[in-house]
Amino acid sequence: MATTEPQVRATDAAATAVAAPAPTALVSVRALDAFFGPTRAVRDVSLDFLEGQVTAIIGPSGCGKSTLLRCLNRMHETVVTARVEGEVRLDGKDIYDRGVNPIEVRRRIGMVFQRPTPVPTMSIRDNVTAGFRAAGSGAPSRTEQHEIAEWALRRAALWDEVKDRLNDSAMALSGGQQQRLCIARALATRPRVLLLDEPTASLDPLSTQKIEELVYELRGDVTVVIVTHNMQQAARVSDRTAFMLMGDLVEVAPTSRMFTSPADERTEAYITGRFG
Amino acid sequence: MASTQLHGASVGDRIYRFTTTAFALSIPLLLVLLAIEVVVAAWPALKAFHLGFLTSSEWDAVNGVFGAAPAIYGTLVSSLLALLIATPLAIGVAIFLSEFAPPWLRQPVAFLVDLLAAIPSVVYGLWGIFVLVPFLREHVMPFLADRLHLGDTPLFSGPAYGPSMLAAGLILAIMVLPYISSVTREVLMAVPRSQREAALALGATRWEMIWGAVLPYASSGVMGGVILGLGRALGETMAVTMVIGNRHEISSSLFAPGYTMASVIANEFSEATNDMHLSALMAVGAVLLAITLVVNIIARWLVWRVERRGQA
Repeated sequence: MATTEPQVRATDAAATAVAAPAPTALVSVRALDAFFGPTRAVRDVSLDFLEGQVTAIIGPSGCGKSTLLRCLNRMHETVVTARVEGEVRLDGKDIYDRGVNPIEVRRRIGMVFQRPTPVPTMSIRDNVTAGFRAAGSGAPSRTEQHEIAEWALRRAALWDEVKDRLNDSAMALSGGQQQRLCIARALATRPRVLLLDEPTASLDPLSTQKIEELVYELRGDVTVVIVTHNMQQAARVSDRTAFMLMGDLVEVAPTSRMFTSPADERTEAYITGRFG
Repeated sequence: MASTQLHGASVGDRIYRFTTTAFALSIPLLLVLLAIEVVVAAWPALKAFHLGFLTSSEWDAVNGVFGAAPAIYGTLVSSLLALLIATPLAIGVAIFLSEFAPPWLRQPVAFLVDLLAAIPSVVYGLWGIFVLVPFLREHVMPFLADRLHLGDTPLFSGPAYGPSMLAAGLILAIMVLPYISSVTREVLMAVPRSQREAALALGATRWEMIWGAVLPYASSGVMGGVILGLGRALGETMAVTMVIGNRHEISSSLFAPGYTMASVIANEFSEATNDMHLSALMAVGAVLLAITLVVNIIARWLVWRVERRGQA
């Protein structure tokens, strides 16, 4: 629904970072259904994610928000019995078309999960370049890898904390640092879209704040979709917010409007804490 | 402090705790007693030959000279050879079963592989004598020595009798394969889904996911499985005795017959008429016991490390 309304600045802060002309849709979801066996977890969702913006997906547990997110880079289908119907267009091209390699899709759309997932046996540097090495044709040189690692770690605001111990195990980092490491790893392949699935759910408030600042920094360059339980987080980091309930997309609107004057009464009930 | 009822319960508790503790302690106690028993019985031989018992190749029961070096060498070499052959195969089987096999195939194949461990070792030995050894003598050994021109290298030199270190290594490989593959399968399946998804989300192919995320995560558990297999191979007696040729001699060639510690004990205990001979066999047992204990402790520790990381 409501996908083509004129873009209203979400917050004053967001206004400074977002490019002036009306952003175009980079990812367009059309009539998407996602199933786990017979269960329909996402029902007929159509939604645009605008280029360079942060879109938050909120809703109570089990509403299908993570499943929707996992449909955007074809991760949903990696679960046994899972199935997707409908279209997800990246730059106008349907990623579910026959002949589209899901691996190529995932290389262009980065993803970070609820819990940090560094490879425990790899050093910090190797973790950052893991995806880059998988995606690269031919082995990148040592220097090249180091440059990519530095670039991605700076981008993920982790460089200053780890620059002296790039060869240490990633397991030596705190949970929050590990999560930023995973963001750096996702950024290293220079994806145009970054999917964050409750990236702060397992972190303490301070680490959460750092991740939120990072997400805020990334807007403009990267199109971010963030799934979150935390409505304050959605309000803080996103330009637009989508609200889902029992697999349906109830409403999508600029974040400021969503949290002040939602159009749907179910949205209002949820954000005022009457359920969920 | 406690009421009568609570007191009554605690007496029952105490009896229960005492009984189970006694049961639990009896097993380690048995192990300790056994070890002491073996070492005490081995003492005369160890005292008479000192380190020479481990380093000398002379084993002459008639003149009462005992050096167990060929048996120790044979045990180690045949076991390592077995691991060299079995490990890649077992890991391949485990990867297939845990990552690629369709669910309907997974259970039957896993069961069949595990069944290899249930075959009595004397049956392996019989098969070794009548099938494997002749096959090696007539096909494999000539092929390696003449066709591949490896006959001049130390590893494959000498006449092809058949019963040999190579035969022992091969038969051990088949016997330890189920152990390695079932431990590997378990640890691969214990790798959390989040690790796999993280790799897939980075654009890894299935193979890159297994190679780059799953195997590294499980690596020390796989290593534990391999060492568990090593523990099995070191102690295996019957099948090895039947195919290794039983000669007290160290040879670099895999075609040459050899001996293992377990085979020495099995072959000679009934003929050990004098005390020193018996004590020497006990000393061989003590060395074997020590090696297998250490190997098993390392294996347990490695598997435990993976499990702990899986929970973290």
